[in-house]
Amino acid sequence: MSKGIAITGMGIISSIGNNVQENHASLIQGNKGISRISKIDTMHKDAIMVGEIVYTNKELEVLLGLPPDNNYSRTALLGVYAAKQAVANANITKINAYKTGLISSTSVGGMDRTEKYYYDYLENESHRKYIAGHHAGDSAQKIAEQLGLEKSLVTTISTACSSAANAIMFGARLIKSGQLDRVIVGGSDCLSKFTINGFKTLMILSDTYSTPFDENRKGLNLGEGAAFLVLESDALVAAENKMVLAYLKGYGNANDAHHQTASSENGDGAALSMQKALNIAGMECKDIDYINAHGTATGNNDLSEGRAIIRVFGEAVPDFSSTKAYTGHTLAAAGGIEAVYSILALQNNIIYPNLNFTTQMKEFQIKPQTKLKDKELHTVLSNSLGFGGNCSTLIFSKEQ
Amino acid sequence: MAVFINSVGSISSQKTFDNSEFLDEITTYNDNVITVIDPNYRDFIPPVAARRMAKGIKMGVTASKIALNEAGLENVDAIITGTGMGCVQDSEKFVSTILDNDEQYLTPTSFIQSTHNTVGGQIALSLQCKGYNFTYVHSSVSFESALLDAKLQLENKEATHILVGGIDESGAHTIKVHRLINHIKEEKVKTASLLDSKTTGAVFGEGANFFVLSNEKLDNGYAELLAVSIYNTLPKENLQETARAFLKENGLCNTDVDALILGNNGDIEYDTFYNPLRKGLFKDTQQVYYKHLCGEFNTASSFGMWLGAKILNTQKIPDIVKLNDIKPSALNKILLYNQYRGENHSFTLLQKC
Repeated sequence: MSKGIAITGMGIISSIGNNVQENHASLIQGNKGISRISKIDTMHKDAIMVGEIVYTNKELEVLLGLPPDNNYSRTALLGVYAAKQAVANANITKINAYKTGLISSTSVGGMDRTEKYYYDYLENESHRKYIAGHHAGDSAQKIAEQLGLEKSLVTTISTACSSAANAIMFGARLIKSGQLDRVIVGGSDCLSKFTINGFKTLMILSDTYSTPFDENRKGLNLGEGAAFLVLESDALVAAENKMVLAYLKGYGNANDAHHQTASSENGDGAALSMQKALNIAGMECKDIDYINAHGTATGNNDLSEGRAIIRVFGEAVPDFSSTKAYTGHTLAAAGGIEAVYSILALQNNIIYPNLNFTTQMKEFQIKPQTKLKDKELHTVLSNSLGFGGNCSTLIFSKEQ
Repeated sequence: MAVFINSVGSISSQKTFDNSEFLDEITTYNDNVITVIDPNYRDFIPPVAARRMAKGIKMGVTASKIALNEAGLENVDAIITGTGMGCVQDSEKFVSTILDNDEQYLTPTSFIQSTHNTVGGQIALSLQCKGYNFTYVHSSVSFESALLDAKLQLENKEATHILVGGIDESGAHTIKVHRLINHIKEEKVKTASLLDSKTTGAVFGEGANFFVLSNEKLDNGYAELLAVSIYNTLPKENLQETARAFLKENGLCNTDVDALILGNNGDIEYDTFYNPLRKGLFKDTQQVYYKHLCGEFNTASSFGMWLGAKILNTQKIPDIVKLNDIKPSALNKILLYNQYRGENHSFTLLQKC
């Protein structure tokens, strides 16, 4: 059995809160952050609902103390905001005192600027400062700079909707192998016309509140957000007498190898990633107290993931819920946001409800937890599944 | 546990897709944007599938198959790719259609294929490889991030064979806007005189370079991958000490390095980052460069590793890549150093196997 990796800090911004405490309060109170879109002018605005973060770009720039001529995309702004919280939460003052890295993730990257100034760039010089930020690593580069990371291992993962889970996984590998003493891991994605129209053409956007694991689910609500964790080596935790929030006990990634966007009927990839994570954690199914499911509320995902859960857990499926009805699907950030929720669940011994569920799915008998539930939790499993057949599972635990 | 580069597959602006050759014929250019020399993609991808694929996907899938074939493997335990800009052609197509048609009449194909992990996903699909599948997208260390991930897994015996590759395709609009901010040279430059240009900006290129990395050496294995390290920032004045420390961690010093492969791209502003090593620590070492052959792109350093692996395997350094006339007494160890616009630096260390 392998030892868990200590998690010593977390930070988050989502449509249900600008920090960890606000997110936790919204989760407990059942407050969803789903509304009509206000910050992007799209012709679909009356046909979709989204999980939009309250702050405007200008407000975020002021909060972060950025100069007016900065060239930050919204993805970078959200990422810096959440990563700074995580570092503060871990009581890190001298970031370069230990070998520290940053593994961020994004799928949208600076697309919000690209789509806004795409033709304008050609005519007009004023927005050309954003061009150099077109590559997907730009937001992580900026987060690193804002955190003061120098001469450090900084990289970005982009595996669609499993990105942040994979960033957490790679971070754990870097700590385990001794490459780093400390690593900030997570992801950030903003809303964009690109993703709104992309998911629209796939006909998987709900025109109302999304209903994960419901028989009559109509698709997902897109969301935006960012979340980061701080992982630290045992030696650092001991040397600095750090408080540990939880441990990352297991992780697994597998490919569905079925279709570029759709999940296989029986969730081959998801079943494999859950099994791999259990193996790494040295755990059995009965050790999992709660599953924070990917549960996007698309017809395809929830059926495939549900079947995968049944394949792995058989008759004894633990309590499970999807928190996507609160936040919307925040794409690359989802694995980070749900990692924070999994840790909050452990800390508070609470299972968050799967909102908006009314009708049992026909294909199987398992039913998500629909009410807030107090339960002594030791271990939480979180799934993140994405385009390109990418399936990821993380297991968080109170005990190392 | 040692990690070996067992096979290669390269699609570049040189005819590198045939592994029996090693820069035997050089294609020269006089331009500021260059494209790859295409192999016959039909030999590697069924025509029906190829029709829907943008160039980067075709290049990536094909380069991965060349590497897999050379290793004599049918499948691998993991697929790890790096790409700076991702599937930029599909992204451009989807954005421009959104803007041109006011969010109407859109089809999903270009959106589906625009995700950065499309190449990794497509390779998995074609091999039916259900293993670990990651894509790194961090500018000029995208490929080295993939390399580091693979190396750690092989050392830890989590996998035996891993396909690792770097892919970037050119996109018309991306080229156009990068001209506006002078990241691309204004004037056309001849292949042989890239480093004499005395101007800012680079000659942009594209390419796909794949490798089978394993924790066992297969017949005809190319080289051993000793170490890889990445840095978000690295001031010029710290370059020598960082290189020295990197070598020391591997029990080596500067005189152990038989050849130094550098990522010079002819941009007078940023090529100065190579000078501390060129004029200091490695002034008596054979120096090599390659971006005059493949152009600059976020994963151009994967072509650099292809070059290093080929040099160690053939024990020859083609004249076209030599930066100086210092003849190494042997070709056992090669150090690679690359950066882009002063950021995202990497050191990679290879050894003859």
